[in-house]
Parts: sequence; C-alpha cells; structure tokens
Amino acid sequence: MRVNFTVNGRKQEADDVWEGESLLYVLRERMGLPGSKNACEQGECGSCTVRLDGVPVCSCLVAAGQAEGREIVTVEGLADYAKHRDEAHPGGACGTVCGGTDLQQARQWQAKGTDGQTGEGGELSPIQKAFIDAGAVQCGFCTPGLLVAADELLERNASPSDADIREALSGNLCRCTGYEKILDAVRLAAARQEEAV
Amino acid sequence: MAGTTTGAPTNVTQKYNKGGIGESTLRPDGTLKVTGEFAYSSDMWHEDMLWGQTLRSTVAHAEIVSIDTTEALKMDGVYAVLTADDLPAAKNYGMEFQDTPVLAYGKVRHHGEPIALVAADHPETARRAAAKIVVEYRELPLITDEASALAEDAILVHENRDDHHSPFVPHPNIVHHQPIVRGNVEEAAKKADVIVTGEYTFGMQDQAFLGPESGLAVPAEDGGIDLYVATQWLHSDLKQIAPCLGLPEEKVRMTMSGVGGAFGGREDISMQIQASVLALRTGKPVKMVYNRTESFFGHVHRHPAKLYYEHGATKDGKLTHLKCKIVLDGGAYASSTASVVGNASSLSVGPYVVDNVDILAIGLYTNNPPCGAMRGFGAVQACFAYEAQMDKLAAKLGMDPVEFRQLNAMSEGTIMPTGQPVESPAPVAELLRRVKARPMPPERQWESSEGADVRALPGGLSNTTHGEGVVRGVGYAVGIKNVGFSEGFDDYSTAKIIMEVINGEPVVTVHTAMAEVGQGGVTIHAQIARTELGVQQVTIHPADTQVGSAGSTSAGRQTYMTGGAIKNSCELVRQQVLEIGRRKFGSYHPAWATEELLFEGGKVVTNSGEVLASLVDVLEDEVVSVEEEWRHQPTEAFDRVTGQGRGHVQYAFAAHRAVVEVDTELGLVKVIELACAQDVGKALNPLSVVGQIQGGTTQGLGVAVMEEIIVDPKTAKVRNASFTDYLLPTILDTPTIPVDYIEMADPKAPYGVRGIGEAPTLSSTPAVLAAIRAATGLELTKTPVRPEHITGT
Amino acid sequence: MDFLRPASWEEALAAKAEHPTAVPIAGGTDVMVEINFDHRRPEYLLDLNRIAELSQWEVGEEKVVLGASVPYTQIIENLKTELPGLARASHTVASPQIRNRGGVGGNLGCASPAGDSHPALLASGAHVEVESQARGVRLIPIDEFYKGVKRNALEADELIRSVHIPKATGPQEFSKVGTRNAMVIAVCAFGLALHPEKRIVRTGIGSAAPTPVRAKAAEEFLNAALEEGGFWESRKIITPSIAKEFATLASGACNPIDDVRGTANYRRHAVGVMARRNLMWTWESYRGEGRKLEGAA
Repeated sequence: MRVNFTVNGRKQEADDVWEGESLLYVLRERMGLPGSKNACEQGECGSCTVRLDGVPVCSCLVAAGQAEGREIVTVEGLADYAKHRDEAHPGGACGTVCGGTDLQQARQWQAKGTDGQTGEGGELSPIQKAFIDAGAVQCGFCTPGLLVAADELLERNASPSDADIREALSGNLCRCTGYEKILDAVRLAAARQEEAV
Repeated sequence: MAGTTTGAPTNVTQKYNKGGIGESTLRPDGTLKVTGEFAYSSDMWHEDMLWGQTLRSTVAHAEIVSIDTTEALKMDGVYAVLTADDLPAAKNYGMEFQDTPVLAYGKVRHHGEPIALVAADHPETARRAAAKIVVEYRELPLITDEASALAEDAILVHENRDDHHSPFVPHPNIVHHQPIVRGNVEEAAKKADVIVTGEYTFGMQDQAFLGPESGLAVPAEDGGIDLYVATQWLHSDLKQIAPCLGLPEEKVRMTMSGVGGAFGGREDISMQIQASVLALRTGKPVKMVYNRTESFFGHVHRHPAKLYYEHGATKDGKLTHLKCKIVLDGGAYASSTASVVGNASSLSVGPYVVDNVDILAIGLYTNNPPCGAMRGFGAVQACFAYEAQMDKLAAKLGMDPVEFRQLNAMSEGTIMPTGQPVESPAPVAELLRRVKARPMPPERQWESSEGADVRALPGGLSNTTHGEGVVRGVGYAVGIKNVGFSEGFDDYSTAKIIMEVINGEPVVTVHTAMAEVGQGGVTIHAQIARTELGVQQVTIHPADTQVGSAGSTSAGRQTYMTGGAIKNSCELVRQQVLEIGRRKFGSYHPAWATEELLFEGGKVVTNSGEVLASLVDVLEDEVVSVEEEWRHQPTEAFDRVTGQGRGHVQYAFAAHRAVVEVDTELGLVKVIELACAQDVGKALNPLSVVGQIQGGTTQGLGVAVMEEIIVDPKTAKVRNASFTDYLLPTILDTPTIPVDYIEMADPKAPYGVRGIGEAPTLSSTPAVLAAIRAATGLELTKTPVRPEHITGT
Repeated sequence: MDFLRPASWEEALAAKAEHPTAVPIAGGTDVMVEINFDHRRPEYLLDLNRIAELSQWEVGEEKVVLGASVPYTQIIENLKTELPGLARASHTVASPQIRNRGGVGGNLGCASPAGDSHPALLASGAHVEVESQARGVRLIPIDEFYKGVKRNALEADELIRSVHIPKATGPQEFSKVGTRNAMVIAVCAFGLALHPEKRIVRTGIGSAAPTPVRAKAAEEFLNAALEEGGFWESRKIITPSIAKEFATLASGACNPIDDVRGTANYRRHAVGVMARRNLMWTWESYRGEGRKLEGAA
C-alpha cells in the first residue's frame, strides 16, 4: 500500500509498504531516517520514540498505515523542531512545518565527520547539546528516543523535579550509563533554558 | 558491487585547544549520536540488498532427522535457502574451541540454535519462507545441570572432543576445570574458631545491549566480501569467519559499524557468517537484523553458577582458610567458558588475604543456552558468594562487616592463592572506608506535603505501598577483577599513527581496530594523541581489518592496551618527527641534540618550555606514519593441578554501599542509593570514568533484583526471551550513584591506568543483596532476589 | 494482509461485518507487538485511529462515557476526579509512550488477565458498549464481559465503542505488583472502590485467575461487616480483624498459575496484601471526607 505523511516538516510518500510494517520500519528502511532505533520492537525500550502529531509514541507500535496524513518528528528533525518552536512561540509547541531534509537527501544520508567542539558548533537543540556536555551518551543507541522524550518533557514542564524526569523517561531503557548522567543532561538543559529566558 | 553502501563509517575529526589526558573532553562521535546520524550496524543499507533470516531450533537437544526447504524455495522473492549442507567451507567456528556449527548438522544442542538461513527481498518474505522450512527432530535426553552432566551414563553434549583442555578434564561434559591449592586447608580449619558454609546460586544474566545483532555483507568483485558489523574484536571475528567462507583473510574486509553496546555479548560471532554466506550465494548484499527475541538466542549469556563456600576465621577476625567449588554452566558450546573458569577460580578468594585454600572451578557442557563473556567474566559470580560469606562470618563473630573486611583486606604485596604477588596498589580497606564514611541518604524520602510520592517507594508507579511494610537496609561489598587477558595469552594491540600538516595545521590520525562499543575509547585516543604529539586536531579513522588487531574491547583492557599502543606509536612518531627536525633545524639550536624534547601547542619545545620550531615548519609536506604492536607484561598459564602461576596482568578494585528500602510484605525492593568507591589508577577522562562506574554499577543492580534468563529445567527452553519478561532497570529503578574514585597509579601501566569497566559490576550485586538481607533478616542465597524469596511464597 | 481505514464508526462496523476476522487496531500497543514478533498474521487490520469519536469522552450526571481509544494519558490528566481508580490504574500502564497511545478499548478487546484497567472497571461496575452493523448496540455489564483467557463477550462482527463508567461517589484505589518500578506487566493487581451511596464495596483482581475477577466473597463479607458495625455512618476505623478477613477472602478469590512473572502462591499472598492496603487507604480517605464534611458544617 501507499502511505503519505509528513516527516520532519516535509511531505513524504512511501510505496509498496507491506500492511504489517511499522512506522519505525518505514522511517528506517524506506525514508533513509535510521535515527529512530530498533532495540526491542515491542514498546519496552523507547529507543524508537518519535512525535506523532506532537505526542511521543513508540514508532515500532504504530502501523505504517496509521501514520497516513499525520505529522512525525524524529531525532533527525529534533534540532529544527526545537529551533522553530523557540522562534515561533518560546516555550510552546512546534507548528506545522519545521523544515527538514527532502527524501533524496535523506536517502543519500551518510555518517559524516564532524567538528567535535560539541555543544558549540553545529545546529543542535538544547537537549542534544546537554546530552553531549553531561556525558549522557555512551553507545548512543537509546539516545535518539531519550532525546525526543526529554525534549517533550521540557516543552511541557520547563523545570521538572528529579521525580518528574524519572517518570517522564521511565519508558526509555539505557544499558550503558546507569541514567545518572541522563538526569544531569535534562537538569542541564532545563537550567540553560531558564537562563536563556 | 553496483550501488553504494549507506552507513559506512568515515573519519571523525575533533579539535580541542588542549584536550589531553586527564581532561573531561567530550566524545568525538557525540554530535553524530545525538543527531541520529551515527550509523549503527542495523542502519546499514544498500539499494538492492536482500534480508537474511535464520530458522532456529525449537527443541534443546535432538538429532536432526531431516530438513525440507522445498516450500520455502518456491516462494516469490526468496533468493536462497541454506542449510549446513550448503556451507562453502568449514562448518564450525569458535573463539577458544571451534565447536560451534554455523548451521546445525547432525544434531541441535540448545534451544534456538541456527538451522537454516533464508535470503529474500523483504524481511516479511524471509520470515514467511523460514516458517515453511520443515525440520524433523528426534529428541535426545537433556543435560541441564552438574548432576545430569556428570552422571555415569550421561549422554555427551560433544562427542570426540579434540580441544586443548579435553585431555585433562575428568569428564567430557566438563569444558575445563581449574583447581587451586595452597597452604593446608585441613590444618588451618583446626585453628578456626568459627566456620561458615554457604551454597549460592547465580542466575543467567543477559548483556541486553540495545543495538541488536546486525550488519551488512556486500559481495565484492574479487570474490571476497565487505562486511559491516558490530563486534568487540574484528580480528578474532575475521579468524573465525574466513575459514567458514573458504576465503583468505585478506578477502574478508571487515569494518566496524556503530556498536549499540556490547558488555561481552559481542565477543562471539552472531550474524557475521550467516550474512556472508547468503551474500556469497546470492551475489547480492545481505542485511541481517535480529529482533529482540532472536537476540536472546543470538549471543552467549553470563554463566549461571552454583557456588559452595566454606570459610573459617579466628575469633579475632582473621580468615584461616577457604574451601570452595564453583560450578559454571557453559551451555551447549564452549565460547569463553574455559577462561571464565580460570577467572572464577583464581579470583574466588576475593580481595582478601587467605593463606590456605582449596579451590575448584568447573565449567560444564549442557543443553542450556551457551554462556560466555559478560562484564565481570567469572569474577562476578564469585564475588556474590564470598561477600555473602564475609557478612555471615562478621555476624557470627559479632564484628562490624566493614571492619571485618578491612581486617582481612589484601594490599600491595599480598600473595594471591595462585602464588602471584599483587604488584601495584590494592587500596581495598581504603575503598571500604570511603563508602562507609559517606553520609546516609535521608529516611522516608517518599513523604511530601501531598502524601506519599509512590515514585520514591518500592513498587514505584504501581502504587503498592504508601510506606506500609517498608524497612530500610544497608549493605557493603568489595570485589577484585583482573584486567586484560590472562593465563599466558599473547595479549597485544596495534596502533597506526599518522602525523601530517593539513591546511596549515598539524593533524594526527589515529587508526586502530579497537571496537568503540560506547565506552569512550575514541575520546581517550584523541586525548592521548594530543598529549603525546601536542596537536589540537585529531582524526579518528574507522576501525577495520586494514590495520593490526587491537584485541577485544573487554576485560577492562582497551584503555590500557590500545591506549598503550597509541602512546607507544605516538612516541615513535615523535622520534621520527624529531629526526626530521634535527635534519632541518639541528644546527640552529643546541637543544635539538638533547633527548628530552616535547611537542606542545603545535610546537617542539624543550623541557624548560623553550620553543625550537613549529610542527608545521618541521613537517612541511612530509607524512610520518607508524604502525606498531604493543604488549603488556607476559603472563603464564595456571598449573592444571595446583593452580599456581603468574596468571594475571593487573587487578581492579571497587567497593559499594547499598541503601535499599524493602516492602517486606510484598517483597518489592527500591534501591535508594548505591555509592561506589573505586581505584582507577589514573582517570584519563574523569567524565567517562564516572559514566563507566555508574553503568557497571547499574548492571550489577539489575542482576540483584530483576534480571534473569529463565530456562525451564524440564525442557531447557528459554521462557522469557523478550524485554517484556527479561527486565532491565529503568530510570525509576536506578538510584543516585555517587562515585568516589581514587587514582593510585599502576607503575607498569601506561599513565598508571587501571581497567575500570568491570569492577563496579562485581560489588554492586552483593552490596544490594547484603542490604536486602539487612532489611529482611533473610539469608537470600540466590540472584536475582524475587518477591517470592522475601515473602516466603 | 489488508489494511482497512474506515473514516467513520459506521464504516468501521460495515468493515467488521464484511470481514469478521479483521483485527481492530487503535493504539497498536498489543497488536503491533504480535505482528512484529510474528505471533499473528491477521487477514485484515482494521485501523480505528481515524474515528475521532473513539478518542472522546463525555462526563454525564452519573457516568462517564469513555471512548474506546481515549489514551491512558488523557484519563490520567482529565478524569482523575470522576474515575480515580481507573486513573490510578492508567498511570501504572507500561510507559509514557504507551500511555499516549493505548486505551481501555484495547485492554478490553485483548482481554488479557494482565490488562491494567480491568480491576478498576470491575470495581466501579462499568458497562462496555459494543455495536454491530447487524444487531446494533449492546451494553455488556463488566461482570459478564470476560469469558476466558484472552476471550471476551464480543461477537465476531462487533466492535467496542465506549465504556460507561459510573462516576466515583467515594474513594477508589488500585495497586499492581511488578518486579520493576515502572514499565512492567502485572504479576497481579487489585482495585477497590467504595460506593457510599449504595453502601457497598466493589473489587477487581488482575492477573491472578484466567480472567479478571471480582473478589465476591470478600466483598460480601465486608459489605455485611460494614453494615453491621454501622461503619458507613460512623466512619470509624475498620478493625484489623475485618481487614484481615477481607484480605484472606480476596486471596481466596484468586485462581492463579505459576509463570515466569511469579508463582501462584505469591500472587495469592500479594493480592491479600494489596486488598488490605487498598481497603485501608480508601477507608482513611472516606473518613477524611467525613471530617471535612463535619468541618464544613
């Protein structure tokens, strides 16, 4: 079947989709957006978390056909999404279009070298910067899902308590860090956000 | 091969003003990882690739009567269906013994063993085709434990063994056994005022790395293969893969894809050969990605163990002797069981002085899931047992458990039961002192003005208690782990360092085969290059088999070994660059003739800081490149009868204090704080050091209270191969983990470093158990502690 | 496999009538797991996401009509006052991401004994509104809804439209035992609702029998004891002996199995402990309300 939807602000069309495919599979294997991760495919790890019409969900449990006509934001679009949100309504939710890459570009995607002066160069969202700066990234496989979930937490609660952070991220497993530095990262992003206002 | 491979790693360059060792520099791959651009092995993609799928056995032990692939082959979109008969060359592989079939032939020896492979144009087509393969089994009796393995008429899991341990084992169902005898246990026991015995059971833990086994095999025009996989040791894989493909090693070009965690579980081969044989057969690129259920069958686990301990002590608290037997279940294939046995045996005494020991560790072949490497590697199981014993002894002597441990703690110069002296700092008593001295977390933190915050209580969001039945307990533990490969293994790493001027700036490229599995090796590599060669900009070349072996990312050895190799190669580069400098500028300044010249801030400087020349001027367009192997001091095998021998390279020590709150009526546990003190030798990157310790601590917490692969003893089948029923700690299960690290340099190690990743996984589990015992008054001899154990149901 | 995307409730009923084997999918939190892991290959998937009314609720005089697909997050955020037991239970469901997608309709459709909403629905005395194109609407009392392990009272051509849940007239509680502090499937669960206007207590037990069940003997005992002792009027402390007997009878209502998540014995034991605690919490709250009423007067 064919599925039309908007990913990171850009209209996309996927053809020859098997009816049992998940949104996660379509993003990863058909859209060239492998940032959302496939750790468990049973909604028990959160590594595939995306925003579906603004709501954080496990994309592994959304049937591809259910995404028809919906808007999706993945980790690849998170920086743009955050930027747009900040420009449009500081502290508010993202509007309809948040920019993004076109399909051709996405398919040409390659891991690329970067300037490692992390947190300073490049267009990262505050939560992405904070994850790097706080040492919240080790293997990084849980990171995309955590970033999407943590960004949404800070969008609705600018200064969460530790218990709030733990509850909001309780659907995202991390096997490397012991979570301490992930908490640090969310606290850091919240504190920087507060300073900026 | 037509078309391009998407997701192949490229150089990553990082620039820092100083950024040498000792600084908390940030990960060079951090930006890629937070933007989703970092390519893991499951992200590999090729435009006309096929999908590989395995068919695995549904029974644990059986003769294979027949395999019928006819219906599967008829399906549209199916390109190949392979069984063992179709394999091109060697049919077995293995890290220590080549006992593991690529695809089962003759018989299957465990539940979930691979039997057939399918390549198809869509994963669903491949799954449907695999489901159409018909396998007929004739079931065989099961070997599931020590009693069934060693029974007189026991069926042999492997007939006709010819591995190097087989001539020495008392029974063919024993992979390896390692006794250690020292002093005189019988005599010593007579001097003991108290004797304490215990029987302990350690459950089967899974590494549960989040990135599933996956990769892409691309057939090449020269008949070889380009293989992109996530592994802990490229060259060990290569040595096992090439014979199974019937290819020379140089035609199997391996590149490390992004690795989504490892923890020992990627030291063995998983989908590497499977994808390669499908690619060679079909002439097309083949991608394989195990799903979570298959992942539980696709890699080895931590050995479950039975541990029988007897300790004695005098009434003034001195240990007299240790008698113990450790039985490790290696499952159906050897993997690294023999080495795990060596570790369990040689570290079974713990970080204590015990002059009289009678130790035996054995590893079994059974029809349970194969077990091998996992963080802590044999030392974890032993630590769980000896720390429980220490608490029992202290209680029996009426002593404080920490003081009792300190009284018996080993230190530099202590002779291990193997006869090997401890030749670098061993601050065991100090680590215990530090965790004990920490202030206690406040009581009843769940209480708030709005009533009980269930998130801070046992049961968490499930709202099982508002404080009823909740009792606090505190427990301590300390452990010892060897670092690096032991028992005479030729352990080395290789580093290729290139120094050149690019765009008017000196740049160092570091090329190794080290597996970056998340631990931050690449961060450290860049730091070492900056410290040694005084540059700002360092490029990390992707890990591949175009450079010499780095050894495995395991045994806490990579910073020591590949770090050491990089330091060494950098020193050689520095010598060569200085030669160039002397040639060009030697006549301008007498200091050029001295030996002690350094590279700092892009310049050649003297010891006193005088600048002689800039590296740019020295190098101009010359490229200096060095590739060298580097080794730690040699070790030797343990004697097969007495266990004596200088078997280990270095030890690491960590201590924990656990504070738990237990709902004693429901048997639910909330860990409130899990403080760690560890000697790290030298913290090359403090941020990474703390992250490693917190992560290792949490894996120990998991096995203490929730993690276990449950194998049905009647069928030897795995009952919980999913994240629904194999539970990992969430952020709500994980407490604050204060880390207090100290730096007591090991003079033999580069910069004095000590392997740090494993030690915290050892002591965390027994500390949590001790705390639960303190809260409940129960003996609790099994991990994980289940609510049934606490409530007696 | 075919993917059916009805745009309205009527279209959905028509599709279900035409394809009775079609598997409804809303939040996908059960169905997609089964598809991803090859446990199920339905001929048709019937997507209910486009039917807006299923994600809406209506608060009436006496009851809440809760659309089958209203996500748990919405229940937690918006219906805490009207449906405190269900809101509590919703908060224990899996993870935030799952609570954003899953709803009570899926729990009922799947009818797993481990579904988190069942005890609360049993305790509150809900009715499930189902409909078929051929026979129209049926309101099934929750007590008659669960028919066996993962079997419910639905006919093949019926779909769950909503759940009619009486608004709470007294305190309600819910507890669930799992071996993790979040994101865990119930080892067993217990829900309790006080209905002061009817002077009765209702309960629900999850994951401790082939279906979700009420602890009827425990309810009857407690109702009689409360009546006899004049507790509803006096709002006095429930004696430990009553609580103990209630807990014992609640344990007795279980018919559990041993599985990887827990033993039968533990489940019986834990249900008893949760029953006692739920009773104490709700009764304390009821007494507190009484004090507030007195204070107001």
